[in-house]
Amino acid sequence: MEKYIIWLLPIPPLISFFAIILFTNKRKAVSHGIAIGAAGLSWLGSMFIFIRALGVKEFGRQIFGSSINWLPTGSTWLKVGVQIDPLSAVVIFFVAWTVLAIFIYSVGYHNFGQPKGDHDVAGLPPHGATISEHGQTHSVPSIEPMYSRFFAFISLFAFGMYTLVVSDNLLTLFVGWEIMGLCSYLLIGFWFGKPSARNAAVKAFMTTRIGDVFMLLGIAFVYSFTGSLSFSEIFKPAMLTALSSTPAFFGLSAAGIIGLFLFIGTVGKSAQWPLHVWLPDAMEGPTPVSAMIHAATMVSAGVYMIIRMFPLISAGWTEGMPLNTTMSAIAFIGAFTALFAASIALAQNDIKRVLAYSTISQLGFMVAALGIGAYVAAAFHLVTHAFFKALLFLGSGSVIHGMEHGVLHTGEHTDAQDMFNMGGLRKKMPITFWTFLIGGLALSGFPVLTAGFWSKDEIFAEAFGKGHIVVFITLAVAAFLTAFYTMRQITLTFLGEPRTKAAEHASETTWTMTVPLIVLAIFAIGFGWVGIPAQFPFLGGHIANWFHEFVGGTLTELPQEVGFSWVPLITSLVVALGGLFCGWLVYRKIKSPQEDFLQIPVLKNKWYFDEIYDYVFIKPATWIAEKFTSLYMDQTVIDGVLHSVARFSLFLGVSFRTYIDKRVINEFMGDGTGNVVKTSGSGLRKIQAGRIQYYMVASITVLVIFALLFYFLVL
Amino acid sequence: MSVPLSWYLILAAALFSIGLFGVLSRKNAIAILLGVELMLNAVNINLVAFWRYLDPSQMGGQVFAVIVFAVAAAEVAVGLALIISVYRRRKTVVADEIDLMKW
Amino acid sequence: MTADRIIFILCAALILASGLMVVITRKLIHAALWLVAALFGVAILYAILQASFLAVVQVVVYIGAIAILFIFAVMLTRREMLDKGAQTRSNWWLPALLGFLILVGLVFLILGQPAFAQPAAALPAGIDTLRSLGTALISPDAYVLPFEVASVLLLAALVGAVYIATGKKE
Repeated sequence: MEKYIIWLLPIPPLISFFAIILFTNKRKAVSHGIAIGAAGLSWLGSMFIFIRALGVKEFGRQIFGSSINWLPTGSTWLKVGVQIDPLSAVVIFFVAWTVLAIFIYSVGYHNFGQPKGDHDVAGLPPHGATISEHGQTHSVPSIEPMYSRFFAFISLFAFGMYTLVVSDNLLTLFVGWEIMGLCSYLLIGFWFGKPSARNAAVKAFMTTRIGDVFMLLGIAFVYSFTGSLSFSEIFKPAMLTALSSTPAFFGLSAAGIIGLFLFIGTVGKSAQWPLHVWLPDAMEGPTPVSAMIHAATMVSAGVYMIIRMFPLISAGWTEGMPLNTTMSAIAFIGAFTALFAASIALAQNDIKRVLAYSTISQLGFMVAALGIGAYVAAAFHLVTHAFFKALLFLGSGSVIHGMEHGVLHTGEHTDAQDMFNMGGLRKKMPITFWTFLIGGLALSGFPVLTAGFWSKDEIFAEAFGKGHIVVFITLAVAAFLTAFYTMRQITLTFLGEPRTKAAEHASETTWTMTVPLIVLAIFAIGFGWVGIPAQFPFLGGHIANWFHEFVGGTLTELPQEVGFSWVPLITSLVVALGGLFCGWLVYRKIKSPQEDFLQIPVLKNKWYFDEIYDYVFIKPATWIAEKFTSLYMDQTVIDGVLHSVARFSLFLGVSFRTYIDKRVINEFMGDGTGNVVKTSGSGLRKIQAGRIQYYMVASITVLVIFALLFYFLVL
Repeated sequence: MSVPLSWYLILAAALFSIGLFGVLSRKNAIAILLGVELMLNAVNINLVAFWRYLDPSQMGGQVFAVIVFAVAAAEVAVGLALIISVYRRRKTVVADEIDLMKW
Repeated sequence: MTADRIIFILCAALILASGLMVVITRKLIHAALWLVAALFGVAILYAILQASFLAVVQVVVYIGAIAILFIFAVMLTRREMLDKGAQTRSNWWLPALLGFLILVGLVFLILGQPAFAQPAAALPAGIDTLRSLGTALISPDAYVLPFEVASVLLLAALVGAVYIATGKKE
């Protein structure tokens, strides 16, 4: 029975999308009702499946799955279908919760219930409406003009994510992947009136597209090698052995190349270096979008996919062996990205940008963990990160809303997203403050109490325990920076005194926004406790490491828990607590960007990668398009040929007309015939002159002639 | 009667030719009718000559001539009436100018 | 050259000369009068041919009615054609040629018939040409029908001429 429900999980959001687009676009309450109802239905289905999955012993061997014959290919069929195995069970758990939370949050974020704005126009963020109460006029936040459209898009997005998670084959996974790519374009560019939003949407789509092309190549390679796209077929041990022992290109085996290509898809989708450039710009979209796409679901899809393909990536590798090429590449990119993004986050002043780079960095952690073969750790961090990053993003949205309230109150044009304009918000927005604090501590890896600690610690333990010291050190430094900038963020935003009038007049947001924060905060604290390693001092062993058993069961061989060592634990405690403390210490005194010593141009400008890409890729591409292809090839050469052909045809036509048609046919034959007839007619008509004597002369002449002829010839 | 028949006939032929010439070459419509009268008279001469020389007891010749008289009179009457009527309309009796019934 | 022949020749000369003048003369009224002369000559010819009734009829009808009618017509249409300029068409040589050819042809044919060279026989005794003519004109087994038809024709011509000449009141 579960397998039928799995088929149904993606359907409610899809129906919601179509219903809103086609029918209820004008009615805001109905639209969000349909969307939240659909998300709720899918959440219900997901919880049901999850709980059933928990009840199955050795779930990894008896997964819920169902597939159908879809595409006839010669004598066999390409099958598509759904499955829930342990990995996708935990993923669907967090997807369901975060999606529902974000949907409910969006109601408040887009100011449902508020009046329409004074100058609000569809395509630009709402500006506020003036209302008069008791004789006083003041501005209040106004409702988003494109309210229903937003819910339609995030419903479509949810459909894409559910499809991706429940699919049992690379084809439908890719379908869900691309749907989410489309929705991220639509949602980043939601406020299409802003040129920066439009550009960011195009940038996001283009950059992820680069990754997607390679991923599609990988999928094609898989199909051509194995003849199937279903995970169950690809991950058969015999198939994996065949894949890893067949040499392909560049000295890699088939498995290696496929793994690498698929990983490039992840590099695009999960914004790893070098395709990281789109994610910070994607903050142009509304905050629920940032939370959904770039924290909880879409970028996690990239990591989910690569975790799913772990058997393929690690084909031929077992514990203790040195990493194969693909895994080394993955580990390198992951670790590098983690450090790289964290360094940039130090110098960002926009509250959402910090979180964006933080996301990139944390995804780097997960990718690095997978690269070194820490399957369970990567999955664990994926889940916990989804919860606390979504919490942080939604919290930042709440902060921005509070600040906007203050901005409307003061009427000044303060940037509501600049952290240096905030301060002291813990008093004005307490729920936001406490939930944000929990999320930030989880991100930093605050010991024991937060989920982030457990997952990050596991990564450190695996890195150290398996002997990948470079990765270990890189990740440790990145973790320190993470804690540092997180505390920087919290200090600047919430602690201290308000630095602007807007901050003074900020106020807490509505329940539709704060309740999801609270729910996510609970998970950010509690989820870590399902993965306590057995050998952890004092705490380990009391509760079974359920996560490890459960998710580890996805693989054919349950991976061993790494042995306990004090080094990674101490390191993780030091970097987390140290980073937090240093961040608080430094930033409680700094009041403005000028005093901030970390505003180094290199960091502020993201290591100039945007400029490098612009110079190396964009400008030549633009040149090729504008000058070479458009001007030289198309206009000059091709149009030249076409114009010559046209001119020649025209010339032919004109000369035909002039020399043949006009002269011969018209004048000679047409008019000529007419003229001949006319002339002969006018000549002949003189016979009928109407004059009798003429007739008589003629007739008598003829008579005489006939008489003569008659006489001489006949007689 | 020692005049041979042929003399009468030649006379009639000559008169006929003169009349023909008049019909074909005169401009005035009345003059054309004059020519027609000459031709009719030539015919009459022929008829009477043949009556006298070939069989005077057969009155057909004279009767024919009488009928010709009648016809000639009728024809002249109608013809001149026409000419006068045309003259009233078109103010002309030049035959060449009465050419409305052309092509 | 008997007297008959001389008289004939004179008469023929009169007729032909008058006829020629009819078709040549410039003034139309002269042409009409020359026609009278020609008709008179023809009347004399009828008398020589012993068709005396016809001679009288010729004078009375042709000259007395028809020629007078011509003169009336000439007088009534005088203004337009004021006898100035050529009275014959410019291509008069063609009709002349034609006439000449016809004359020549006819003469040739006439002279080729030996039967026509005979002089006339005398009238049989006891024939009263006038009485015979009268009887022939009204005798039912003779020519009464053409006679009556001719009178109907004259009636038609009369009515027609009156109608045409009167015309419609403008």
